[in-house]
Amino acid sequence: MSIASEANLDAELHAHGDTHGHGSMRSYLFGFALSVILTAVPFWLVMAQPIANPGVTAAFIIVFASLQILVHTVCFLHLNSQSEGGWTLMAYIFTAILLLITIAGSLWIMYHLNSNMMPGMPTGQVANTP
Amino acid sequence: MATVTAQTVPDPTFHLVEADDHAHGSGGGTLLGFWIYLMSDALLFAAVFASFGVLSTSYAGGPTPREIFELPLVALNTAILLVSSITFGFAMLAMEPGKVRTTQAWLLVTALLGMAFVGVELYEFGSLIADGATPQRSGFLSGFFTLVGMHGLHVTAGIAWIFVMLAQIGQRGLIVPNKRRLMCLGMFWHFLDVVWIGVFTFVYLLGMLR
Repeated sequence: MSIASEANLDAELHAHGDTHGHGSMRSYLFGFALSVILTAVPFWLVMAQPIANPGVTAAFIIVFASLQILVHTVCFLHLNSQSEGGWTLMAYIFTAILLLITIAGSLWIMYHLNSNMMPGMPTGQVANTP
Repeated sequence: MATVTAQTVPDPTFHLVEADDHAHGSGGGTLLGFWIYLMSDALLFAAVFASFGVLSTSYAGGPTPREIFELPLVALNTAILLVSSITFGFAMLAMEPGKVRTTQAWLLVTALLGMAFVGVELYEFGSLIADGATPQRSGFLSGFFTLVGMHGLHVTAGIAWIFVMLAQIGQRGLIVPNKRRLMCLGMFWHFLDVVWIGVFTFVYLLGMLR
């Protein structure tokens, strides 16, 4: 690559705000502090068991994980509606939808497949099939 | 005449105008392309997460998560990866004004933290296998080793990439192509931390509640 085209690329990168404005010390530290809290609390919820009901604990853990994923996306991956003309955000939302369909759909289908096994077959045996 | 009309009359297809605008910036194209790769990698992880979810209670009479998982070890690994995310952030902040030595130092710290993460994970795998909790023992363990192992392989690839970048920065300094590569590497590294949030939540924490 020639020096001229590198300089041109540098200008392009700057024009797109790709080498600058990609996070500041404040946003990194803010994201880190939030992540520490959002990680420590779920671990504490499981290790110390302050909530007796495992279902409620599970719900809390999933909420904390979703929040932490958002924090990482905004503070570390610097996703916003402006970068790349909004295309990164579009791809992110599309991926999130596909992710949800893949995971929730698979669990739903396989759960019903297990429930609809031949009568007389103990469910424990189905669940224990490798 | 036709071109003049095309320029003055607003194009009804908004996305084409955007795509046209970005055809000029090759740097922007690389970063967007790498973002699309990360999203497709996320879908790969989604498939493995789904298969783990389906198999997560298929113990085949073998060990259950509660019997084999050591949460303090997982907490340690989570902390290591989280700290490595912020040290990569420091490397990026040093990269912007072109501080070569500082960037290299933070990259090296990040790589060492990554190696510590993989080391702890290999230790965990080793002790599981020594206890008879091998991948072929049950569906649950197959899913577990596939998911956690795939994340570990990604981190290993990231570490290799950091060392490649250290060599490239050492040879050519913080030139624009190297800055662009570091930005891609940064996205990759932070993405792996995001995947790990899913792993420690759905595999370890929810496994212990089951």
